[in-house]
Amino acid sequence: MKETPLSNCERRFLLRAIEEKKRLDGRQTYDYRNIKISFGTDYGCCVVELGKTRVLGQVSCELVSPKLNRATEGILFFNLELSQMAAPAFEPGRQSDLLVKLNRLLERCLRNSKCIDTESLCVVAGEKVWQIRVDLHLLNHDGNIIDAASIAAIVALCHFRRPDVSVQGDEVTLYTPEERDPVPLSIHHLPICVSFAFFQQGTYLLVDPNEREERVMDGLLVIAMNKHREICTIQSSGGIMLLKDQVLRCSKIAGVKVLEITELIQKALENDQKVRKEGGKFGFAESIASQRITAFKMEKAPIDTSDVEEKAEEIIAEAEPPSEVVSNPVLWTPGTAQIGEGLENSWGDLEDSAKEEEDVDGTDGAVILGSTKMDTGVEVSNIGSQDAPIVLSDSEEEEMIILEPDKNPKKIRTQTISAKQEKAPSKKPVKKRKKKRAAN
Amino acid sequence: MAEAVSVVAESLAGDRARAARNVLGQVVLPGEELLLPEQEDAEGPGSAGERPLRLNAGTRSRGRVVCGPGLRRYGDRLLVTKCGRLRHKEPGGGSGGGVYWVDSQQKRYVPVKGDHVIGIVTAKSGDIFKVDVGGSEPASLSYLAFEGATKRNRPNVQVGDLIYGQFVVANKDMEPEMVCIDSCGRASGMGVIGQDGLLFKVTLGLIRKLLAPDCEILQEVGKLYPLEIVFGMNGRIWVKAKTIQQTLILANILEACEHMTADQRKQIFSRLAEC
Repeated sequence: MKETPLSNCERRFLLRAIEEKKRLDGRQTYDYRNIKISFGTDYGCCVVELGKTRVLGQVSCELVSPKLNRATEGILFFNLELSQMAAPAFEPGRQSDLLVKLNRLLERCLRNSKCIDTESLCVVAGEKVWQIRVDLHLLNHDGNIIDAASIAAIVALCHFRRPDVSVQGDEVTLYTPEERDPVPLSIHHLPICVSFAFFQQGTYLLVDPNEREERVMDGLLVIAMNKHREICTIQSSGGIMLLKDQVLRCSKIAGVKVLEITELIQKALENDQKVRKEGGKFGFAESIASQRITAFKMEKAPIDTSDVEEKAEEIIAEAEPPSEVVSNPVLWTPGTAQIGEGLENSWGDLEDSAKEEEDVDGTDGAVILGSTKMDTGVEVSNIGSQDAPIVLSDSEEEEMIILEPDKNPKKIRTQTISAKQEKAPSKKPVKKRKKKRAAN
Repeated sequence: MAEAVSVVAESLAGDRARAARNVLGQVVLPGEELLLPEQEDAEGPGSAGERPLRLNAGTRSRGRVVCGPGLRRYGDRLLVTKCGRLRHKEPGGGSGGGVYWVDSQQKRYVPVKGDHVIGIVTAKSGDIFKVDVGGSEPASLSYLAFEGATKRNRPNVQVGDLIYGQFVVANKDMEPEMVCIDSCGRASGMGVIGQDGLLFKVTLGLIRKLLAPDCEILQEVGKLYPLEIVFGMNGRIWVKAKTIQQTLILANILEACEHMTADQRKQIFSRLAEC
């Protein structure tokens, strides 16, 4: 579908408004539109909204053989796509001039500025390196694609975690996220593009032009900069003659804007990190308000509520008082006790959380947990008698510290050892539990 | 034939088909089938057997039903093709029938015969202008379709100008045709729109809301500043006030009206009137 043409009256109005220092959305000359950064559930996925312009960034990685002339460097690949979803004027499957220009600019901004340490992406020199691929999709077009895309690309790269690898001799091991935490890329600095639109042969200047302003502008200057005020790329298009002062002024403005945006990015990344750590809700789906429901009818179940109160009182009156079910507390170890028919708890405090998981996960989780328990068990039995705080450094759960009270050290030992013996052979928790109960 | 289709449809739909009268103002989804009032009797419990015996099954004794946007005839039921709220308008005579349509939120305009729209002239070719109205293809506008235009006396229309006109031909898969005169040959407000002012796009729902007879927004806006305004059913609004500042304020207010309650709107208007 063809692009909606710009009418003469719009053009005239926009130019007159710019002369009066007014903009359609009420912004000042140097104002950016609102920037919103949200992350997906996976690492390396983000959506950046710049006003109504939206860009989705997704980073992926792959092990490939390096280029011949750069045997020790990883490969970075950027790809911006303008789909028809963004604006009906974009044609699918065709490299338009705009798209080529934007892709080139992105590459210059992010690859040539060496913001990503490509040497750190090398696994085996000359044989295996990481190829990092950044895919950017324009979801909605309302002007200034390049700024939104550059922010989306750098945010997605910052957010991305690649799987850990280790090299032992000739053997390369790739660890799954369960085995070892994925590692972030090493990023030196965050280059961000800032666009300036010029009108009336450079007389008037606007930061972050929207779609309609872009259509009436005479020229565009894009400056990519990091927060240390280092210019990474500068590109002027549209064929206007810019004076030296103008470019210098633009670079000053860009410095301020880049600082603001960098802070915003870091805040967004920190927030996401925090939420992930706390186990809160994250991802796009969670950022959508869940209150909107489109169902328009609900099944009505007729309930007779005429004599509910009397009935309830009747039931209460007839019912016997609840029996005292609290039996003698069983003291397994100092600090843990069991009352009634609960799950058997044969371990100290450290096992509580593991137990809960065990119940939920069933057999799969239990196998792994069983093995970790074994190491911890050994440690406790060795050092338990020393009455000192024990730090379990050997296992993966490093943050666990047990403070044991000083009475009954012997009992702990016997208890833990017996439990260990029990755990070691059997891997199914259900069976084990039954045995234990029978023994009791 | 229609009978057979409806039987098939019924067996497919089972009990899902709801009576159109019962879901007025509720959300309907594409693919849903609705029963018309005269079928409700026939579909009722117990009467299914006696349906074939109805002598006047073919003739519609009651009022005529018109399918508006978002609905399609499917056998003798209505098939919903758009997501939105079902609306109904009683015919002048009363007693059944009338117009049913679905009120949906959308931005893409589909030309409808009789709609008044704002178009942008994209090309002049021979004796017709090509006008972009936001539909799937540009509309054609004859240069004779202006008030007082003759073969010799051509209207002054340039590429890029705004045209306020009306559709006379708007069929599926056919180039729509616009005119800028009514049936008496009068302009009655249509024609080329002046060179100043601002054109902006809003959703089609907002245009319908603003043009509704009982809409107070326009009166309230009119109290703020003296203004000229044109609404196109294709989601375009042209507005012009004395200064650029005022024009911008008006444009932003109208855009914001879409998601404001009456109280919020009054607050904003009173605040604007103060300054």
